[in-house]
Amino acid sequence: MPLDFPLFPEAASTMAGQVDALYIFLVVLSAFMSLLIGGAVFYCAVRYRRRSEDEIGSNFHGSILLEIVWSAIPLAICLLLFFWGAKVFFAQSRPPADALEFTAIGKQWMWKFQHPDGQREINTLHVPIGQPIKITAISQDVIHSLYFPAFRVKKDVLPGRYTTVWFEATKTGSYHLFCAEFCGAEHSKMGGQVVVLEPEEYERWLAGGAAASQSPAEAGAALFEQLACVTCHLDGDGGRGPALRGIYGEDVTLNDGRTVVVNDEYLRESILTPAEKIVAGFQPLMPTYKGQISEENVFKLITYIKSLSGGRETPAGGAVDESNVPQDAATDAATEDTP
Amino acid sequence: MSSHTTDSSRSNYLNAAYGVKSWLLTKDHKRIALLYLVAVSIFFSVGGLFAALIRLELLTPEGDLVQPDVYNRLFTMHGVIMIFFFLIPAIPAVLGNFILPLMIGAKDLAFPRINLASFYVYVAAGILGVWALINGGVDTGWTFYTPYSSMYSNTQVTLVAMAGFIAGFSSIMTALNFIVTVHRMRAPGLTWFRLPLMVWALYATSIIIMLATPVLAITLVMLMLDHSLHLGIFDPAQGGDPVLFQHLFWFYSHPAVYIMILPAMGVISELVAAFARKRIFGYTFVAYSSMAIAFLGFLVWGHHLFVSGQSVYAGAIFSILSMLVAVPSAVKVFNWTATLFQGSVSYQTPMLYAMGFIGLFTIGGLTGIFLATMGLDTHVHDTYFVVAHFHYVMVGGTIMGYLGGLHYWWPKISGRMYPEFWAKVSALLVFVGFHLTFFPQFIVGYLGMPRRYHAYPPEFQILNVLSTAGASVLGLGYLLPIIYLTWSMRYGKKAPANPWGAVGLEWETSSPPPTFNFDETPVVTHEAYDYHHRTEDSRVA
Repeated sequence: MPLDFPLFPEAASTMAGQVDALYIFLVVLSAFMSLLIGGAVFYCAVRYRRRSEDEIGSNFHGSILLEIVWSAIPLAICLLLFFWGAKVFFAQSRPPADALEFTAIGKQWMWKFQHPDGQREINTLHVPIGQPIKITAISQDVIHSLYFPAFRVKKDVLPGRYTTVWFEATKTGSYHLFCAEFCGAEHSKMGGQVVVLEPEEYERWLAGGAAASQSPAEAGAALFEQLACVTCHLDGDGGRGPALRGIYGEDVTLNDGRTVVVNDEYLRESILTPAEKIVAGFQPLMPTYKGQISEENVFKLITYIKSLSGGRETPAGGAVDESNVPQDAATDAATEDTP
Repeated sequence: MSSHTTDSSRSNYLNAAYGVKSWLLTKDHKRIALLYLVAVSIFFSVGGLFAALIRLELLTPEGDLVQPDVYNRLFTMHGVIMIFFFLIPAIPAVLGNFILPLMIGAKDLAFPRINLASFYVYVAAGILGVWALINGGVDTGWTFYTPYSSMYSNTQVTLVAMAGFIAGFSSIMTALNFIVTVHRMRAPGLTWFRLPLMVWALYATSIIIMLATPVLAITLVMLMLDHSLHLGIFDPAQGGDPVLFQHLFWFYSHPAVYIMILPAMGVISELVAAFARKRIFGYTFVAYSSMAIAFLGFLVWGHHLFVSGQSVYAGAIFSILSMLVAVPSAVKVFNWTATLFQGSVSYQTPMLYAMGFIGLFTIGGLTGIFLATMGLDTHVHDTYFVVAHFHYVMVGGTIMGYLGGLHYWWPKISGRMYPEFWAKVSALLVFVGFHLTFFPQFIVGYLGMPRRYHAYPPEFQILNVLSTAGASVLGLGYLLPIIYLTWSMRYGKKAPANPWGAVGLEWETSSPPPTFNFDETPVVTHEAYDYHHRTEDSRVA
């Protein structure tokens, strides 16, 4: 049994300091309040202990002023914490535009990661230090949750919908990677390590591994041919389906008048359930690829389609009907309006 | 019936009739309360046994005591039994059932038959739950998250969900009974703002039960359909939405937290007033805070879903509403503390529990703010920090309130005094054991140990060993009352009508009370907890 156990987790990301600051503030506040109330109870219990059998307490039993004071102070502190916590949360929810894009697939009971250049690994994730890393994740079966305690970030990984988590590591080393959402028999074994490397070491690690024969975009292009997507989605106008060059991140109008942003979630939906949201001017001709294409291959196709738009960045996430929702919130706002 | 004609030594509810049938078919709210007391004690012991096995497994980081499948069943059944079969019914169905009619000067609840029916519905649900347990149990966690529960788990999800579904009707029947009773059966002169705060708390709880439980029922029906017929309501592969289940589940289950804690708050108000011999400080604020908690409790469920992929804006709204709930909870704590000021404080066991409650609930409530703070919840969500937090509220709050109330009203319930020395020893063991069990879990949670882990990294071991050690002390603290309260039913000192010198209608009738509670319907002329007035005319009375 290791006796020199830690009381505070390792802080290894740009987010960790912000979360720890909230935590320390709340710990101090809680200690103060607990001592204040505990002390008051103890003081009164001793000072006003019963001295004779038929003694009764005083008749002082109300004060509007006190009620206002002890309602207003907690309210003010709680509101402060709300705004502070929301600020940190919004930062946790919005990956920087220049983040390296990783993907993760959760399944009972393993994590499958893919690096931007196509390198793959299971239950271990190597990342470079000082570089924002964005992981777009999906589950093949039940709900999982990708949790990096040392980075203070966590996001549920859902079947049928993309979610994203991001972090920027600030300390090299090896840290825990957990599944935080109960997912069945081997839940506690569904995890491993995230290894933070210096950029050169990361390059060396990438080069040293079984080099991926193709990048995800190249693999996606091959699939695009193989699945015959190319017969309708021509590289120019006039196809039976919309042309895909340059569309990623743009708004498109649907045949029912709604507008959606072309992002990862919309592309995934259009591959698996194409009839849901048809672009204006096109017929619902495309067959569904649901059950015929793995989540890995959906990721590859999306990466390929993204590459047709010069790798421009928008957050992954759901299609958004309200065109006025700020871009960086599109991810989450959309997840509410699922079928 | 002609109970008023019988000799006074043979005219209480315990000896008014004999035989098994007179108990099992009784319509007397006091006897039904005792039936519930036996039943919830059994379920508490079973749930506690599961907790003991969980803590034993977690003594070592390797999952070496039981198989993972068994461990998952243990924590699931611990949660299901403790929540649905102990915490939710404990205070309302045992203490509330017994004391509510006495507190308002009524002969019984409004619908005695429905009261008895609620008990048997509860028993039926419990038997179904135990049967499911024997036939393989369930391994989804008490939260039954889909699609694991609906499409992947091959354990007894349908049976256990059915048990929860049935138990809900028992809650609804009790709540309905309480609401009608409080509206219709108050003694002459007992206006709403003369009601004891326990009555306010039970009333607020009943409203939550009536409004929230049907949503749970519908949710569980959908879960059963998904699990047994693969209907796919929550299955994304069939176009369903797994997160919808979480919204529906927490729409009930967050208010359920207040179903569990509000009655305990009611008990604490009674104990603090009685053992400080002083009118509760800020009576109207404490009463309204119960109603505010009941109302706001319905609007905060999304704080369980901050990292679920829910919209960040929805998250923000749920966060701010959760912060608002902190205010009425804080108001209660401050008012209890202020009640002690210039009181006449004595330290009998119920008061020790009340003071313990104030301490533990303060920590439980404050750590709730940690979780409502979104940026921090991202890290601690689904870790042992959450486990520690809700045990501070549920075990530190509800069970402390329950035990405090049980000791306080025990003379009224049994007609006997409990042994004060052993009761104090047990209260102390519970307090110390509780902290030792659950405080280390805050630390291990912030370190990142996820909940529901059968095996864990070795650096978390010391904190887990402390927790297990604490659980042993806590277990002993819970075992003692079962022994000495049972003992006292026969051998305890005979209790006078009002052993604490407390004010309240329940203390004006004999201990134990006659079957119909009061020989004459009491007339109320004063506010609750009016010790000064009582002293003035004590010689006259």
